[in-house]
Amino acid sequence: MMVLTSERVKKLKGVLKEQLLSIGVSLAILIDEAGNVIASSGKENGVDTTSLAALAAANFGATAQIAKLLGEEDFSILYHKGKKDNIHFSRIGKEFILVTIFTDETPLGLVRLRVNQISQDLLNLLVEDD
Amino acid sequence: MALIDLHKREIHCKIVYYGPGRCGKTTNLFYIYNAVAEKYRGKLLTIETKGDRTLFFDLLPINLGKIHGLDIRIQLYTVPGQAHYRATRKLVLKGVDGIVFVADSLRKRREKNIESLLDLRNNLKEYGLTLEEIPLVFQYNKRDLVSVNIPLLTIEELENDLNKELKAPYFEAAAVKGVGVFETLREISKRTVKYVANKYIFAKKTAKAQGGIL
Ligand SMILES: Nc1nc2c(ncn2[C@@H]2O[C@H](COP(=O)(O)OP(=O)(O)OP(=O)(O)O)[C@@H](O)[C@H]2O)c(=O)[nH]1
Ligand SMILES: [Mg+2]
Repeated sequence: MMVLTSERVKKLKGVLKEQLLSIGVSLAILIDEAGNVIASSGKENGVDTTSLAALAAANFGATAQIAKLLGEEDFSILYHKGKKDNIHFSRIGKEFILVTIFTDETPLGLVRLRVNQISQDLLNLLVEDD
Repeated sequence: MALIDLHKREIHCKIVYYGPGRCGKTTNLFYIYNAVAEKYRGKLLTIETKGDRTLFFDLLPINLGKIHGLDIRIQLYTVPGQAHYRATRKLVLKGVDGIVFVADSLRKRREKNIESLLDLRNNLKEYGLTLEEIPLVFQYNKRDLVSVNIPLLTIEELENDLNKELKAPYFEAAAVKGVGVFETLREISKRTVKYVANKYIFAKKTAKAQGGIL
Protein backbone atom coordinates (compact mmCIF):
# COMPACT_ATOMS: atom_id res chain seq x y z
CA MET A 1 0.00 0.00 0.00
CA MET A 2 1.20 3.45 -0.85
CA VAL A 3 0.29 6.57 1.08
CA LEU A 4 0.71 9.89 -0.66
CA THR A 5 0.76 13.00 1.43
CA SER A 6 -0.45 16.25 -0.04
CA GLU A 7 3.02 17.68 0.24
CA ARG A 8 4.52 14.81 -1.69
CA VAL A 9 1.95 15.07 -4.48
CA LYS A 10 2.66 18.79 -4.76
CA LYS A 11 6.39 18.19 -5.02
CA LEU A 12 5.89 15.53 -7.70
CA LYS A 13 3.57 17.78 -9.69
CA GLY A 14 6.09 20.57 -9.32
CA VAL A 15 8.89 18.49 -10.84
CA LEU A 16 6.67 17.42 -13.74
CA LYS A 17 5.62 20.98 -14.40
CA GLU A 18 9.01 22.63 -14.13
CA GLN A 19 10.95 20.02 -16.03
CA LEU A 20 8.50 18.68 -18.60
CA LEU A 21 5.71 21.15 -19.25
CA SER A 22 8.38 23.81 -19.57
CA ILE A 23 9.79 22.11 -22.68
CA GLY A 24 6.38 21.77 -24.30
CA VAL A 25 5.16 18.42 -22.98
CA SER A 26 1.36 18.72 -22.90
CA LEU A 27 0.64 16.08 -20.27
CA ALA A 28 2.85 14.12 -17.87
CA ILE A 29 1.40 11.35 -15.71
CA LEU A 30 3.17 9.34 -13.08
CA ILE A 31 1.59 5.94 -12.47
CA ASP A 32 2.34 2.77 -10.55
CA GLU A 33 2.52 -0.74 -11.91
CA ALA A 34 -0.98 -1.55 -10.74
CA GLY A 35 -2.30 1.23 -12.97
CA ASN A 36 -3.00 3.93 -10.37
CA VAL A 37 -2.45 7.57 -11.24
CA ILE A 38 -0.07 9.00 -8.64
CA ALA A 39 0.38 12.54 -9.93
CA SER A 40 -0.21 14.33 -13.18
CA SER A 41 0.47 17.73 -14.62
CA GLY A 42 -0.65 19.42 -17.82
CA LYS A 43 -3.71 19.60 -20.04
CA GLU A 44 -5.89 16.53 -19.87
CA ASN A 45 -8.03 17.74 -22.80
CA GLY A 46 -10.60 15.05 -22.28
CA VAL A 47 -8.00 12.30 -21.97
CA ASP A 48 -9.32 9.60 -19.65
CA THR A 49 -6.26 9.29 -17.41
CA THR A 50 -7.67 6.31 -15.47
CA SER A 51 -7.95 4.21 -18.64
CA LEU A 52 -4.65 5.53 -19.90
CA ALA A 53 -2.88 4.55 -16.68
CA ALA A 54 -4.38 1.04 -16.71
CA LEU A 55 -3.39 0.50 -20.33
CA ALA A 56 0.08 1.95 -19.87
CA ALA A 57 0.74 -0.31 -16.89
CA ALA A 58 -0.56 -3.34 -18.82
CA ASN A 59 1.48 -2.38 -21.86
CA PHE A 60 4.61 -2.11 -19.77
CA GLY A 61 3.91 -5.38 -18.02
CA ALA A 62 3.36 -7.16 -21.33
CA THR A 63 6.53 -5.69 -22.78
CA ALA A 64 8.52 -6.79 -19.76
CA GLN A 65 7.28 -10.34 -20.37
CA ILE A 66 8.28 -10.10 -24.03
CA ALA A 67 11.72 -8.93 -22.94
CA LYS A 68 11.97 -11.98 -20.72
CA LEU A 69 11.06 -14.28 -23.60
CA LEU A 70 13.82 -12.70 -25.66
CA GLY A 71 16.29 -12.92 -22.82
CA GLU A 72 16.46 -9.13 -22.54
CA GLU A 73 16.71 -7.53 -19.15
CA ASP A 74 13.75 -5.20 -19.83
CA PHE A 75 12.77 -2.50 -22.27
CA SER A 76 12.85 0.47 -19.96
CA ILE A 77 11.45 2.89 -22.54
CA LEU A 78 8.48 2.66 -24.90
CA TYR A 79 7.59 5.22 -27.49
CA HIS A 80 4.68 5.58 -29.89
CA LYS A 81 4.45 8.17 -32.58
CA GLY A 82 1.09 9.47 -33.80
CA LYS A 83 0.00 12.03 -36.38
CA LYS A 84 -0.73 14.63 -33.75
CA ASP A 85 0.58 13.38 -30.43
CA ASN A 86 3.53 11.31 -29.40
CA ILE A 87 3.62 9.28 -26.24
CA HIS A 88 6.65 8.21 -24.29
CA PHE A 89 6.72 5.75 -21.39
CA SER A 90 9.67 5.40 -19.13
CA ARG A 91 10.26 3.23 -16.12
CA ILE A 92 11.00 5.05 -12.88
CA GLY A 93 12.63 2.62 -10.51
CA LYS A 94 11.04 -0.80 -10.37
CA GLU A 95 7.45 0.07 -9.67
CA PHE A 96 6.61 3.32 -11.41
CA ILE A 97 6.10 4.57 -14.94
CA LEU A 98 6.25 8.11 -16.25
CA VAL A 99 3.99 8.81 -19.23
CA THR A 100 4.59 11.94 -21.29
CA ILE A 101 2.50 13.21 -24.19
CA PHE A 102 3.88 15.80 -26.57
CA THR A 103 3.60 17.04 -30.17
CA ASP A 104 6.28 17.16 -32.87
CA GLU A 105 7.17 20.65 -31.75
CA THR A 106 9.02 19.12 -28.83
CA PRO A 107 11.95 16.97 -29.94
CA LEU A 108 11.94 13.41 -28.65
CA GLY A 109 15.62 13.72 -27.73
CA LEU A 110 14.86 16.57 -25.38
CA VAL A 111 12.02 14.68 -23.73
CA ARG A 112 14.28 11.68 -23.23
CA LEU A 113 17.02 13.81 -21.77
CA ARG A 114 14.71 15.53 -19.31
CA VAL A 115 13.02 12.31 -18.29
CA ASN A 116 16.43 10.83 -17.61
CA GLN A 117 17.49 13.82 -15.58
CA ILE A 118 14.45 13.83 -13.34
CA SER A 119 13.87 10.13 -12.89
CA GLN A 120 16.07 9.89 -9.82
CA ASP A 121 14.42 12.94 -8.25
CA LEU A 122 10.99 11.46 -8.87
CA LEU A 123 12.04 8.14 -7.44
CA ASN A 124 13.40 9.79 -4.33
CA LEU A 125 10.12 11.59 -3.83
CA LEU A 126 8.13 8.41 -4.44
CA VAL A 127 9.96 6.19 -2.02
CA GLU A 128 10.97 8.71 0.59
CA ASP A 129 9.90 8.10 4.16
CA ASP A 130 7.42 10.60 5.48
CA MET B 1 -1.57 -1.96 -4.62
CA ALA B 2 -3.98 0.23 -2.79
CA LEU B 3 -3.18 3.88 -3.02
CA ILE B 4 -4.15 6.42 -0.40
CA ASP B 5 -3.98 9.90 -1.83
CA LEU B 6 -4.22 12.42 0.98
CA HIS B 7 -3.96 15.27 -1.52
CA LYS B 8 -7.20 14.41 -3.31
CA ARG B 9 -8.47 12.62 -0.19
CA GLU B 10 -9.09 9.39 -2.07
CA ILE B 11 -8.48 5.75 -1.39
CA HIS B 12 -7.97 3.51 -4.44
CA CYS B 13 -8.48 -0.24 -4.32
CA LYS B 14 -8.21 -2.85 -7.05
CA ILE B 15 -10.71 -5.71 -7.18
CA VAL B 16 -10.22 -8.48 -9.73
CA TYR B 17 -12.92 -10.81 -11.07
CA TYR B 18 -11.26 -14.16 -11.67
CA GLY B 19 -12.58 -17.47 -12.99
CA PRO B 20 -12.56 -19.82 -15.98
CA GLY B 21 -13.33 -18.75 -19.54
CA ARG B 22 -16.99 -17.84 -20.20
CA CYS B 23 -18.03 -18.02 -16.56
CA GLY B 24 -19.49 -14.50 -16.74
CA LYS B 25 -16.85 -12.06 -15.43
CA THR B 26 -17.29 -9.49 -18.18
CA THR B 27 -21.07 -9.87 -17.85
CA ASN B 28 -20.80 -8.74 -14.20
CA LEU B 29 -18.96 -5.57 -15.20
CA PHE B 30 -21.39 -4.78 -18.00
CA TYR B 31 -24.32 -5.14 -15.66
CA ILE B 32 -22.72 -2.87 -13.07
CA TYR B 33 -21.81 -0.32 -15.72
CA ASN B 34 -25.37 -0.14 -17.00
CA ALA B 35 -26.96 -0.05 -13.57
CA VAL B 36 -24.81 2.59 -11.89
CA ALA B 37 -25.50 6.31 -12.42
CA GLU B 38 -22.89 8.09 -14.50
CA LYS B 39 -21.54 10.22 -11.70
CA TYR B 40 -20.61 7.12 -9.71
CA ARG B 41 -18.64 5.41 -12.45
CA GLY B 42 -15.87 6.02 -14.96
CA LYS B 43 -15.49 4.68 -18.46
CA LEU B 44 -15.73 0.97 -19.13
CA LEU B 45 -12.58 -0.19 -20.84
CA THR B 46 -12.56 -3.58 -22.53
CA ILE B 47 -9.84 -5.32 -24.47
CA GLU B 48 -11.30 -8.26 -26.31
CA THR B 49 -10.71 -10.46 -29.31
CA LYS B 50 -13.02 -10.51 -32.33
CA GLY B 51 -15.61 -12.50 -30.47
CA ASP B 52 -16.54 -11.43 -26.99
CA ARG B 53 -13.69 -13.14 -25.21
CA THR B 54 -11.56 -10.97 -22.98
CA LEU B 55 -8.06 -10.70 -24.43
CA PHE B 56 -6.33 -8.68 -21.73
CA PHE B 57 -8.74 -7.22 -19.20
CA ASP B 58 -11.86 -5.13 -18.64
CA LEU B 59 -11.75 -2.17 -16.31
CA LEU B 60 -14.59 -0.29 -14.66
CA PRO B 61 -13.82 2.43 -12.09
CA ILE B 62 -16.59 3.12 -9.57
CA ASN B 63 -17.04 5.46 -6.60
CA LEU B 64 -18.40 4.05 -3.40
CA GLY B 65 -18.90 6.78 -0.84
CA LYS B 66 -16.50 7.60 1.96
CA ILE B 67 -14.42 6.07 4.72
CA HIS B 68 -12.52 8.14 7.32
CA GLY B 69 -13.26 11.20 5.17
CA LEU B 70 -11.63 9.65 2.10
CA ASP B 71 -13.53 9.06 -1.16
CA ILE B 72 -13.51 5.38 -2.04
CA ARG B 73 -12.51 4.68 -5.65
CA ILE B 74 -12.66 1.08 -6.73
CA GLN B 75 -11.20 -0.29 -9.92
CA LEU B 76 -12.97 -3.43 -11.06
CA TYR B 77 -10.88 -5.60 -13.35
CA THR B 78 -11.61 -8.90 -15.08
CA VAL B 79 -8.99 -11.35 -16.27
CA PRO B 80 -9.14 -13.36 -19.50
CA GLY B 81 -10.34 -16.77 -18.33
CA GLN B 82 -9.09 -18.95 -21.16
CA ALA B 83 -6.36 -21.25 -19.89
CA HIS B 84 -3.63 -20.09 -22.28
CA TYR B 85 -3.76 -16.50 -21.02
CA ARG B 86 -2.06 -17.33 -17.76
CA ALA B 87 0.71 -14.74 -18.17
CA THR B 88 -1.87 -12.04 -18.81
CA ARG B 89 -3.90 -13.00 -15.76
CA LYS B 90 -0.81 -12.66 -13.65
CA LEU B 91 -0.21 -9.15 -14.96
CA VAL B 92 -3.76 -8.10 -14.18
CA LEU B 93 -3.38 -9.39 -10.62
CA LYS B 94 -0.53 -7.01 -9.95
CA GLY B 95 -1.46 -4.86 -6.98
CA VAL B 96 -4.77 -6.66 -6.33
CA ASP B 97 -6.58 -5.86 -3.06
CA GLY B 98 -9.65 -8.09 -3.36
CA ILE B 99 -10.93 -10.97 -5.48
CA VAL B 100 -14.27 -12.19 -6.74
CA PHE B 101 -13.99 -15.76 -7.94
CA VAL B 102 -16.78 -16.34 -10.45
CA ALA B 103 -17.49 -20.05 -10.85
CA ASP B 104 -19.53 -21.50 -13.68
CA SER B 105 -22.44 -23.60 -12.43
CA LEU B 106 -22.51 -25.74 -15.59
CA ARG B 107 -21.68 -29.27 -14.58
CA LYS B 108 -19.38 -29.72 -17.55
CA ARG B 109 -17.25 -26.79 -16.30
CA ARG B 110 -16.53 -28.43 -12.98
CA GLU B 111 -12.86 -29.17 -13.69
CA LYS B 112 -12.34 -25.71 -15.21
CA ASN B 113 -13.51 -24.03 -12.02
CA ILE B 114 -11.11 -26.08 -9.94
CA GLU B 115 -8.22 -25.48 -12.33
CA SER B 116 -8.88 -21.76 -12.38
CA LEU B 117 -8.87 -21.51 -8.60
CA LEU B 118 -5.56 -23.35 -8.49
CA ASP B 119 -4.19 -21.04 -11.17
CA LEU B 120 -5.30 -18.07 -9.05
CA ARG B 121 -3.58 -19.50 -6.01
CA ASN B 122 -0.34 -19.98 -7.95
CA ASN B 123 -0.43 -16.52 -9.47
CA LEU B 124 -1.07 -14.89 -6.11
CA LYS B 125 1.82 -16.78 -4.62
CA GLU B 126 4.17 -15.12 -7.08
CA TYR B 127 3.18 -11.80 -5.53
CA GLY B 128 3.54 -13.16 -2.02
CA LEU B 129 -0.23 -13.36 -1.45
CA THR B 130 -2.52 -16.18 -0.40
CA LEU B 131 -6.21 -16.89 -0.88
CA GLU B 132 -6.53 -17.22 2.88
CA GLU B 133 -5.28 -13.70 3.48
CA ILE B 134 -6.69 -11.60 0.66
CA PRO B 135 -10.36 -10.48 0.72
CA LEU B 136 -12.24 -13.07 -1.34
CA VAL B 137 -15.85 -13.72 -2.33
CA PHE B 138 -17.25 -16.54 -4.46
CA GLN B 139 -19.98 -16.06 -7.00
CA TYR B 140 -21.77 -19.16 -8.32
CA ASN B 141 -23.05 -17.91 -11.63
CA LYS B 142 -25.61 -19.00 -14.20
CA ARG B 143 -28.11 -20.24 -11.61
CA ASP B 144 -30.88 -19.18 -14.04
CA LEU B 145 -30.10 -22.30 -16.07
CA VAL B 146 -31.65 -24.44 -13.34
CA SER B 147 -34.99 -23.91 -15.03
CA VAL B 148 -33.96 -25.03 -18.54
CA ASN B 149 -32.85 -28.55 -17.87
CA ILE B 150 -29.10 -28.09 -18.35
CA PRO B 151 -27.04 -30.16 -15.91
CA LEU B 152 -25.81 -27.82 -13.19
CA LEU B 153 -23.62 -28.30 -10.17
CA THR B 154 -25.44 -27.93 -6.90
CA ILE B 155 -24.38 -25.23 -4.47
CA GLU B 156 -23.16 -27.97 -2.11
CA GLU B 157 -20.95 -29.39 -4.86
CA LEU B 158 -19.54 -25.96 -5.74
CA GLU B 159 -18.88 -25.22 -2.08
CA ASN B 160 -17.22 -28.54 -1.63
CA ASP B 161 -15.05 -28.20 -4.74
CA LEU B 162 -13.90 -24.63 -4.17
CA ASN B 163 -14.71 -23.18 -0.81
CA LYS B 164 -14.54 -26.05 1.64
CA GLU B 165 -11.46 -24.86 3.47
CA LEU B 166 -11.52 -21.18 2.58
CA LYS B 167 -15.04 -20.62 3.88
CA ALA B 168 -15.33 -17.31 2.08
CA PRO B 169 -18.78 -15.77 1.58
CA TYR B 170 -20.59 -16.91 -1.55
CA PHE B 171 -23.46 -15.63 -3.65
CA GLU B 172 -25.68 -17.36 -6.15
CA ALA B 173 -26.00 -15.30 -9.29
CA ALA B 174 -27.42 -14.99 -12.75
CA ALA B 175 -25.17 -12.20 -13.98
CA VAL B 176 -26.95 -11.80 -17.34
CA LYS B 177 -30.07 -10.84 -15.42
CA GLY B 178 -28.19 -8.95 -12.74
CA VAL B 179 -29.19 -11.40 -10.01
CA GLY B 180 -26.55 -11.49 -7.28
CA VAL B 181 -24.26 -9.01 -9.05
CA PHE B 182 -24.60 -6.17 -6.57
CA GLU B 183 -24.70 -8.49 -3.56
CA THR B 184 -21.31 -9.81 -4.67
CA LEU B 185 -19.93 -6.35 -5.34
CA ARG B 186 -21.14 -4.98 -2.03
CA GLU B 187 -19.57 -7.78 -0.01
CA ILE B 188 -16.18 -7.74 -1.74
CA SER B 189 -16.00 -3.94 -1.62
CA LYS B 190 -16.79 -3.89 2.07
CA ARG B 191 -14.15 -6.48 2.82
CA THR B 192 -11.53 -4.92 0.58
CA VAL B 193 -11.93 -1.39 1.89
CA LYS B 194 -11.83 -2.66 5.45
CA TYR B 195 -8.69 -4.66 4.72
CA VAL B 196 -6.94 -1.70 3.12
CA ALA B 197 -8.09 0.77 5.78
CA ASN B 198 -6.86 -1.53 8.54
CA LYS B 199 -3.49 -1.85 6.90
CA TYR B 200 -3.33 1.92 6.63
CA ILE B 201 -4.27 2.54 10.24
CA PHE B 202 -1.84 -0.11 11.35
CA ALA B 203 0.91 1.49 9.26
CA LYS B 204 0.17 4.87 10.81
CA LYS B 205 0.29 3.45 14.33
CA THR B 206 3.56 1.63 13.82
CA ALA B 207 4.93 4.72 12.12
CA LYS B 208 4.18 6.72 15.24
CA ALA B 209 5.62 4.05 17.45
CA GLN B 210 8.80 4.00 15.42
CA GLY B 211 9.12 7.75 15.34
CA GLY B 212 7.50 8.75 12.09
CA ILE B 213 8.78 6.27 9.58
CA LEU B 214 6.11 4.75 7.35
N1 LIG C 1 -27.47 -18.24 -18.80
C1 LIG C 1 -26.52 -17.43 -18.36
N2 LIG C 1 -25.53 -17.05 -19.19
C2 LIG C 1 -24.58 -16.21 -18.71
C3 LIG C 1 -24.60 -15.73 -17.37
N3 LIG C 1 -23.54 -14.93 -17.18
C4 LIG C 1 -22.88 -14.89 -18.37
N4 LIG C 1 -23.51 -15.67 -19.29
C5 LIG C 1 -23.11 -15.86 -20.69
O1 LIG C 1 -21.88 -16.54 -20.73
C6 LIG C 1 -21.12 -16.10 -21.85
C7 LIG C 1 -19.74 -15.66 -21.39
O2 LIG C 1 -19.85 -14.54 -20.55
P1 LIG C 1 -18.64 -13.50 -20.33
O3 LIG C 1 -19.07 -12.54 -19.30
O4 LIG C 1 -18.17 -12.96 -21.62
O5 LIG C 1 -17.56 -14.50 -19.75
P2 LIG C 1 -16.08 -14.17 -19.23
O6 LIG C 1 -15.96 -14.83 -17.91
O7 LIG C 1 -15.81 -12.72 -19.29
O8 LIG C 1 -15.19 -14.97 -20.30
P3 LIG C 1 -13.64 -14.71 -20.72
O9 LIG C 1 -13.54 -13.27 -21.09
O10 LIG C 1 -13.35 -15.61 -21.85
O11 LIG C 1 -12.81 -15.07 -19.52
C8 LIG C 1 -21.90 -14.98 -22.50
O12 LIG C 1 -22.59 -15.49 -23.61
C9 LIG C 1 -22.86 -14.56 -21.40
O13 LIG C 1 -24.06 -14.03 -21.92
C10 LIG C 1 -25.69 -16.17 -16.53
O14 LIG C 1 -25.81 -15.80 -15.35
N5 LIG C 1 -26.60 -17.01 -17.07
MG1 LIG D 1 -14.42 -11.59 -20.26
